Amino acid sequence: MSQPTPATENTVSRQEILEVARLARLGVDEDTASSYADDITKVLKLMQTLGNVDTTDIKPLSNIHEVCQDLRADVAKHDINRERNQSMAPAVEAGLYLVPQVIE
Amino acid sequence: MSELHLLSTQQLITGLQDKQFSSAELTEHYIKRIDALDSKINSFITHTSETARAQAQAADEMRAQGDKRPLLGVPMAHKDIFCTQGVLTTCGSKMLHNFISPYDATIVTNIDKAGMISLGKLNMDEFAMGSDNESSHYGAVHNPWNLNHVPGGSSGGSAAAVAAGFVPVATASDTGGSIRQPASFCGLTGIKPTYGRISRFGMIAYASSLDQAGSMGRSAMDCAYLLQPMIGHDPRDATSIKHDMPDYVQDLNTAVTAAGDNAKPLEGLRIGVAKEYFTSGLDTEVEQAVRAALKQYEALGATIVEVNITDPEITLATYYMLAPAEASSNLSRFDGVRFGYRCENPTDLLDLYTRSRSEGFGPEVQRRILTGTYALSAGYFDAYYTKAQKVRRLIVKDFEDAFANCDVIASPTAPTAAYKLGEDLDPATMYLGDVYTIGVNLAGLPALSQPVGLTSNGLPIGLQLIGQYWQESKLLSTAHLFQQHTDHHLQHSTIAKETV
Repeated sequence: MSQPTPATENTVSRQEILEVARLARLGVDEDTASSYADDITKVLKLMQTLGNVDTTDIKPLSNIHEVCQDLRADVAKHDINRERNQSMAPAVEAGLYLVPQVIE
Repeated sequence: MSELHLLSTQQLITGLQDKQFSSAELTEHYIKRIDALDSKINSFITHTSETARAQAQAADEMRAQGDKRPLLGVPMAHKDIFCTQGVLTTCGSKMLHNFISPYDATIVTNIDKAGMISLGKLNMDEFAMGSDNESSHYGAVHNPWNLNHVPGGSSGGSAAAVAAGFVPVATASDTGGSIRQPASFCGLTGIKPTYGRISRFGMIAYASSLDQAGSMGRSAMDCAYLLQPMIGHDPRDATSIKHDMPDYVQDLNTAVTAAGDNAKPLEGLRIGVAKEYFTSGLDTEVEQAVRAALKQYEALGATIVEVNITDPEITLATYYMLAPAEASSNLSRFDGVRFGYRCENPTDLLDLYTRSRSEGFGPEVQRRILTGTYALSAGYFDAYYTKAQKVRRLIVKDFEDAFANCDVIASPTAPTAAYKLGEDLDPATMYLGDVYTIGVNLAGLPALSQPVGLTSNGLPIGLQLIGQYWQESKLLSTAHLFQQHTDHHLQHSTIAKETV
């Protein structure tokens, strides 16, 4: 991605919001982007307190139990009902999901 | 028969066993109340009345043939975050306005196996992101104690439905307080178990390392009854943990038997209280009620000890970095291709993705996706996301240190009682309402909220009890013994007092 540059530290610019929205595949117009920029700036100001916490030599924690995940055996099952699963899709043809034409 | 909805789960079970009423009559009673009164509350998104009637009839027949399952024929309802096969599952979002789930969540299967009757799917903040149930695509939920106030969130529909007397118990989920805060706002007891205690399979993900299902009812015993069929390891959820399988109802009954006539049944229990939980921002009436409840706990034999926990502002900042980051990843699956909302006449694939998502998600969901995407983007990942993960480890350590000196930790559940609908708080202010509950999710600990009184305006106040890992029985037993000697949990909302 192109590297967005904050207008000032802990302030999110409208331009950054538009770039982040593009990455997140969200259609955000300029006015809404300004509103989100104000909101997210306030949220990021809450984050400033984290800068005061000494985390030297502390490992990041992502799984609270820190155990090996108890994975299932890799056994092929034939219990997927394609017709039922696709019955709620916006557009389906011959068992395939339809999207707008990608290649001319 | 007009007050069946005021009975506890235990009384309903006894009534069914003793043939005081049938499941069909009980189910009809609740359906009648929902049909007559839910237009004031908006707690249900989907009704499954016809299925429920058939299930109740079948339950009565099974009971007549000797089926002894205790929960057989007892009504309940599910938060609309749990997938229910063949039934609309919206997660409170326009994005899933047409999603008929092709499978059941594991907890739905387990509750079904216990013989309970589901009356439908309950309203919630969109994708469980909110603390007031105002972000639902299906309209705000009103608090049964005062219709001008919010029920809390994100499990606002679950709390409101139980408090209104539409169901005796309901399932709910809790990522940062979404069971405990609405339980507090609606005068209920609600428990979030240890992370890994209950399968997340079929529970639509918000923040996978924080999300946990739980139960709500009027009392700790109500919660215990519903929690029982929900727990256990599930091969379909790699984060569910193989652990002992307590019998919660038996544990609560054993605690009462052991207490006997002892006027101090909680003798020996050390309740940790942290000064960090009683700082500015805490409403005076809430503080008074919580401190009065702690005095009641002391009168029952418990000892109050001072403990230190992480500064709640740091906990809040950690949560509101990690949760949106996980959400931005989890919600990338909603793209308008395989299920859910698709925009009209997309010009190309990018337009399909972009417009489907921006039209299908509400503003709060989009705000959290943007915040999370920002935090995870190159250049900010270490400064925000990794930093928050490191602080998370310190938060866990602080809880471990606190539990070296106490058995449970008590705090207010929320800084205020239920606020008015439509207050339109800015996000940063709204997030402050979660300040007492989110540390529990970051640490993966079990916690419950129990009612401890009313404000001068008649709105409920909750006290939070936090337990050590896997000690849901201790939490529930503690609250249960308290409830044997107090009547806060026996107060009923305005709507619950209405007969139809």
